[in-house]
Amino acid sequence: MTTLAPGKALRVAFGETITELAATNDRIVVLDGDTGSSTRTDIFEKAYPDRFFQMGITEMNMLGMAAGMATLGLIPIVSTFSCFIVSRAHDSIRVLIAQPNANVKMMGGYAGLLAGMTGKTHLMFDDVSIMRAMAHMTVVAPVDEVETRTALEAIIEYEGPVYFRLTRPNTPILMDEDYKFELGKLVTVREGSDLTLFATGTQTARAFEASEKLAADGIDVHLVHVPTIKPLDVDAVVAAAEKTGLVMTSEEHTIVGGLGGAIAEALAENSPLPMKRHGLQDVFGESGPNDALLDKYGISAPHVESAVKGFLAAHR
Amino acid sequence: MTQATMTYTPEDMAEYARQARVRILEAVKHAGGGHVGGPYSAAEMLAALYFGVMNVRPEEPEWPDRDRFVLSKGHSSIALYTMLALRGFFPVEELLTFDAIDSRLQGHPDMTVTPGIDMSSGSLGLGFAGALGIALGGRAAGRDFTTYVMLGDGECNEGVVWEGAHVAARYKLDNIIAIIDHNKLQQFGWTGSSVEERITPYTESQLADRWRAFGWHTMEMDGHNIPEILSTLAAAKEVSGVPVAIVAHTVKGKGVSYMEGNYKWHSKVPTDEEFAQAMEELGEGGAE
Repeated sequence: MTTLAPGKALRVAFGETITELAATNDRIVVLDGDTGSSTRTDIFEKAYPDRFFQMGITEMNMLGMAAGMATLGLIPIVSTFSCFIVSRAHDSIRVLIAQPNANVKMMGGYAGLLAGMTGKTHLMFDDVSIMRAMAHMTVVAPVDEVETRTALEAIIEYEGPVYFRLTRPNTPILMDEDYKFELGKLVTVREGSDLTLFATGTQTARAFEASEKLAADGIDVHLVHVPTIKPLDVDAVVAAAEKTGLVMTSEEHTIVGGLGGAIAEALAENSPLPMKRHGLQDVFGESGPNDALLDKYGISAPHVESAVKGFLAAHR
Repeated sequence: MTQATMTYTPEDMAEYARQARVRILEAVKHAGGGHVGGPYSAAEMLAALYFGVMNVRPEEPEWPDRDRFVLSKGHSSIALYTMLALRGFFPVEELLTFDAIDSRLQGHPDMTVTPGIDMSSGSLGLGFAGALGIALGGRAAGRDFTTYVMLGDGECNEGVVWEGAHVAARYKLDNIIAIIDHNKLQQFGWTGSSVEERITPYTESQLADRWRAFGWHTMEMDGHNIPEILSTLAAAKEVSGVPVAIVAHTVKGKGVSYMEGNYKWHSKVPTDEEFAQAMEELGEGGAE
């Protein structure tokens, strides 16, 4: 059984990578919403103080200013907590970034369930649903530090608005060091024949851990990582689903409209198959230690494992 | 930086403002909808900006060193379209496509379709944020141009305006000039002595006081007096180390007697009789 090596938090990989990329790309500027010491744009500020713009606690304004800066050919990387970007500045994103296709990269920090001791105001796990519903938007959720680095390179290369999901805790490494992210492409993590399991973001590592345990019990999961939730590679989703004929999704995100919603839409229209969405239910979060949150809200690796077993028991 | 070619006199600008009012009402009547009161209060200021102040190239709307203009009070779009057309950014005849399906002249400004629109706007307060980003980005990109942004007084209700006002002062953005079209009425607004009377969102000095309190160099002007607009904007451009806000005292619906100061003309289509009277008062001597 493969056990994943410990890795850095995605936010650290983010701060380091944009700093590296800025060395050869002078169009990169960073706008921080007074959270740089948490979201790790502080790494960038040290290296490039002249290209770092502290916007204070003005999210609607910050996203709007980023759109203005993009008209000058700059590539604004906007960073603060996901809840403040997606919820608070939604109108700015919609009118000034998405509609005009502004080349702004939105870094939704502290996304998902594991945002430390912050509780329901800060725990943002409907961000993918909301951003996915917006026309012109690209939505990316990397699994680990390796993918964070290569995906950041790709989205900065890409011209257009991107929402990039970043999480807070240290995260195990799933991808090989030479892995190259391709925007819009799925990643087959594990070949299997019993059930196709789609996962996204850091949840894919938990899904991998679960599928290794399941393999020991004779259950062969076909695990597919979906780092680009929008645009979704529908053909590849259908092919992966049809490989086993049974489909499950798992995400550290609400099952309403996120990865589970996207896969369900794709399959319902192209290849309806028995399907189970696993993830956060239609709820808000609360404060608590990470392990306790994963357990209570039912998305730890053992929860993925039992969800797969339950689904298989019902369908074969 | 070169000053805009001063081939237009203040009298020319006043004439363009007059023509703009005619074209605005034609377009709104033709479209069967649209705003009138706010476009009319802004007409002289837009004429002064596009014919006397801003360094722009109608034949090259994306010219990187152009001065920028953002109409943050985006519901007055027809006023801006009219001025852009008169200045030569697109044919004047196109104004009659305002609000039509597939038109480049959308109800609120869309930077992706209309030549000369530097920033989309329409959700109040956001155009201002975009303009601040243009100013800060222009500085970061080493470009020397001035960004002009026009806000409504009602728009200053929006919290995001004050978020941006704070940040602009922090960055000492002296390459942006905000003009607040203080026409003393918003769409519906607060009730005065009766429900037929609506009162100004800000009393005489309140707006200027607020911008000053946020660290902006604040000026006031008569927004219908072209020589005063020109001299105020020229003085504003000389200010360094701090952003400038100009509170422009204007009359909503200016130029047509039955519209002036009447909140009901915020957005309204004239009847044939009203149209004819407006054309006469605007010196057209009868409807076209």
